[in-house]
Amino acid sequence: MDRLFTTLAQCISDEDPVALATVIERADAVEGQNPSLPELGATLLVSHAHGVQGSLGHDKLDAVVAGDVSAVLSSGRSVARHYGSAGESRLNDVTVFIDVFAPPPRMIIFGAVDFSAALVRVAKILGYHVTVCDAREVFATKRRFPEADEVVVAWPNAYLETVADRLGALDAVCVLTHDHKFDIPAIVAALSTKVGYLGAMGSRKTHAERVKRLIEAGADPSRLSEIMAPIGLAIGARTPEETAVAICAEIIARRAHAEVRSLRDDTGPIHRVAS
Amino acid sequence: MKDLIEDIERWQAAGQRVALARVVAVVGSGPRDPGAAMAINEASEVVGSVSGGCVEGAVVTEALGVIESGEPRLCTFGYSDDEAFAVGLTCGGTIRIFIEPLN
Repeated sequence: MDRLFTTLAQCISDEDPVALATVIERADAVEGQNPSLPELGATLLVSHAHGVQGSLGHDKLDAVVAGDVSAVLSSGRSVARHYGSAGESRLNDVTVFIDVFAPPPRMIIFGAVDFSAALVRVAKILGYHVTVCDAREVFATKRRFPEADEVVVAWPNAYLETVADRLGALDAVCVLTHDHKFDIPAIVAALSTKVGYLGAMGSRKTHAERVKRLIEAGADPSRLSEIMAPIGLAIGARTPEETAVAICAEIIARRAHAEVRSLRDDTGPIHRVAS
Repeated sequence: MKDLIEDIERWQAAGQRVALARVVAVVGSGPRDPGAAMAINEASEVVGSVSGGCVEGAVVTEALGVIESGEPRLCTFGYSDDEAFAVGLTCGGTIRIFIEPLN
């Protein structure tokens, strides 16, 4: 592990997907030493850029574990697995912990508005790589969004085309522009990606109008129910910061399939007056 | 673990011995998923966490033992069917933590 730690740190900082497999238990722990079993703590590192490094003590075990890594990486969940000392899948000579380090999920926020600034802050707490994109260069400045990883001046659809193939189930697109001129191309483009969460800000009335325009713009009507609009959970959020929490909570809840009330599935005004 | 790297590298650069503790399995209700990590140096400084706070103290004691012996160990905290361990989780689950030296 010691030797591989530097490579691991490098992979994480380069956002190179990497897994660290470590022997954490041997079947002979109780009955006494079996010298043919891999050493406790033996480590194998597997990354896209650095290939396979280190060893668990047996070539065949290394090959089997390295082969299992890609599935574990795409699940994003670290897991302990049992193997025979030569990698046999039905035996339980050793337990190997496969610890995966995927690059951070991405959040793309369209619209360089105050709500976006608050959303950037909450998304950073949750570990997102955050991009703010707006076609208006006076608003889309790094100075206004110091915590964003990227601030891009571009039309939403043009920007989304450049990152479309990198978006997956854990990523999020939040459309906060509040302006059909930008909303429509952003949502049409986002619907053609595999992004896991797509939310759009605006009242129910705004969204009803938006739905008409989306269909006119060629969006697939059967996919429109995937848009979380009005965006966020129904927690009575009012300020940009509270709204940011409502949006991020909705993203977490959707990913976890948790049963909570989204504004989309609610009725009545989205801004309630406290009584 | 990602958040610990900077501190671990700083400790190592200062010549301190370091142990890494990672949650490798959770049975039942556990506060943190496998992969949650904590690093401990020989001066008992700690970064990261492996639970909601209930077993951290015991993990530090084990980690100092790992730094001293240089030998990794697998520790179990919580309750299982047949035996009660000294340190429990308030949530009632069992977690297994692998602690190894990073020299």
